[in-house]
Amino acid sequence: MSAPAAAPSRGADPGLRHRLAERGVDARLLLLVPGMVFVVGLFVYPFCYGLGLSFQPAKGGGPFADYQRFFSDAYQRDTIGKTLRLAVPAALLNVLASVPIAYRMRGRFRGKRLLTTALVVPITLGTVLTAEGLLTFLGPRGWLNRALTGLGIVDEPVTLIQNYWGVFFSIVISGFPFAFLLILSYLSGIDPSLERAAATLGAGWWQRFRRITLPLLAPGLATTFCLTFVLAFSVFPSAYLVGDPTGETRVISIAAYEAAYQQYDYAFGSTIAVIMGAIELAVIGLVLAWRSRFYAGTTGGKGS
Amino acid sequence: MTAAPFTRLRLDGVGRRFGDTDALAGLDLTIEQGEFIALLGPSGCGKSTALNCLAGLLPLTAGSIWQDERRIDVLPPERRGFGMVFQNYALFPHLTVRRNIEFGLQMRRLPKPEIARRTAAALALVHLEEQAGRLPGQLSGGQQQRVAIARAVVLEPSLVLMDEPLSNLDAKLRLEMRTEIRRLHQSLGLTTVYVTHDQEEALSMADRLVVLRQGRVQQVGTPEDLHARPANWHVADFMGFRNLLPATAVGAGPGVVGVDVEGVRLAGTAVAAVTAGERVAVGVRPEDLHVVDAPAPGEGPSAEGDGRLAATVSVVEYQGREFAVEVAAGGLRLHLRTAARLVPGDPVTLRVPPDRLLVFPADGGDGAGGGLPAVPAALGEVGGDARRSPVATAAAT
Repeated sequence: MSAPAAAPSRGADPGLRHRLAERGVDARLLLLVPGMVFVVGLFVYPFCYGLGLSFQPAKGGGPFADYQRFFSDAYQRDTIGKTLRLAVPAALLNVLASVPIAYRMRGRFRGKRLLTTALVVPITLGTVLTAEGLLTFLGPRGWLNRALTGLGIVDEPVTLIQNYWGVFFSIVISGFPFAFLLILSYLSGIDPSLERAAATLGAGWWQRFRRITLPLLAPGLATTFCLTFVLAFSVFPSAYLVGDPTGETRVISIAAYEAAYQQYDYAFGSTIAVIMGAIELAVIGLVLAWRSRFYAGTTGGKGS
Repeated sequence: MTAAPFTRLRLDGVGRRFGDTDALAGLDLTIEQGEFIALLGPSGCGKSTALNCLAGLLPLTAGSIWQDERRIDVLPPERRGFGMVFQNYALFPHLTVRRNIEFGLQMRRLPKPEIARRTAAALALVHLEEQAGRLPGQLSGGQQQRVAIARAVVLEPSLVLMDEPLSNLDAKLRLEMRTEIRRLHQSLGLTTVYVTHDQEEALSMADRLVVLRQGRVQQVGTPEDLHARPANWHVADFMGFRNLLPATAVGAGPGVVGVDVEGVRLAGTAVAAVTAGERVAVGVRPEDLHVVDAPAPGEGPSAEGDGRLAATVSVVEYQGREFAVEVAAGGLRLHLRTAARLVPGDPVTLRVPPDRLLVFPADGGDGAGGGLPAVPAALGEVGGDARRSPVATAAAT
């Protein structure tokens, strides 16, 4: 290789440097280091450690003994169904309820910021405060039951806490703002002139929504469902506080917690956590497979 | 909800307010079947508002729209049966070209064979048979434009509305599509309302032009009317009168009047009655100023007699076949176009034809305010460059 007129004084081979630069390798890559340290130290390593632990049962019996134990014990196995029964309907409700509200709110109007703020507040409150509120509001002597009995709609107070419904409401309350904000931003990304064009072509509001907006929104709905589902599937505090942690709402995270911190069987706890992750991945995989059937490009209308 | 043909579409005092401002006020217009109408004006003049009101995408706040004897301004857009071509085309990005064009036919619940036949015909009309299976994102700007047009005309609408459909295309394609749209309009017997801010486009395509400014109609007329006889200085400004200057009337009009422009005496034709001493605006197109060989008799800058004016060249721009030249005569700066090879500093003699120098009342004649700026140079620059002056348009095309 012939050296150029201005020979590199630092001795680095300019050819090599150019070849690396072509592949995007240069000093700016160093900016990734802090983030990588963080991810490896706080996510990748603990994850691999837990995964390894799940294959080392405390009571011996081969690497898959704890997995066999989980699936052969109905008390443990049933936590999957219980959690799915909570998480799937809650995530679906969050997504489906967000669509019409976001659809109505995507334009500009007075008080939009106030309403958005009000919807975001539940995220900032945290599940414990929500649970406290639910206990007071939905409890046997709470406002709701007093109102219902006072109006003569029901004779006995409706049981809405310490059971499935308490946890369900708690998940909806904390998950809805996420779903709503995500869907609002997806909807705002769809060019409003598309619906106007559909209107001039003779499409009524339902046709416009079903034929134009919904297909363009579908990928966003899938993503939103996945996120709220994962949030709901890992429900833990509210399952204890407003649920029935030994029966109806003994969700999978409770099983993992009990194994690890009440029986001090970390290996079994890790096994349950890995199973939990695998189920979440399976559901997300299904949803994304459904999503891939839809158009996933730009929604800005110009298509460029 | 079929596209009922009509013989006359009448806009009766159509207006639209946004808060406290009138985006459009008192638009009276009758559109005959088969006409090509251009709504022309600078941005924010209300032309797109007018189009959206016509399409039903924006409710009126005043007036009414009549299709023959049927009132249509109360109908939603999907029941008016008008085709619309949007500025950004608004093609459905998740549908192929074919499905985009079929959409309106499917909404009308036409039988499948008819949908297929009419879609194929529309694809052939805009020469996009080979792109029928592609998504809009895979097409060039010009092809997207043609899909948008095909999608609108496949319904054989009684009226086609076009909202600056060429503004996103490059200069060469713009010229081609201009011809294409005019050809489609004629061959399909469409009635078209076309919104544009480009006076050249409007003049070359339309049968009649409606010039709007600040939501109000300034002038309605044929391209010849507007080109030769702008009703006020705002229209003139928009119609390529790059030399638009504040002046004082010396004589009284109508007819030929003397004017004093920055101390230079000129003769012009008054478009409305003016009185001596009144503040007026004078306008002349760069191409109507001529460089003559014979020098003016040495009496200083004055052109009242024979329309001759001595001046000095200050700026020369090469424009292909011609030069765009700025000259100074006393305190007066004028733009002109000439084939003569001039150099800054050259003394020249201009002929200012009194029939081409138009004299307008300074208030614009419409009472909408907005008098001429005090500094003539500022008007010449801002007025000429911010809008599409003929020089700039020639350079762009």
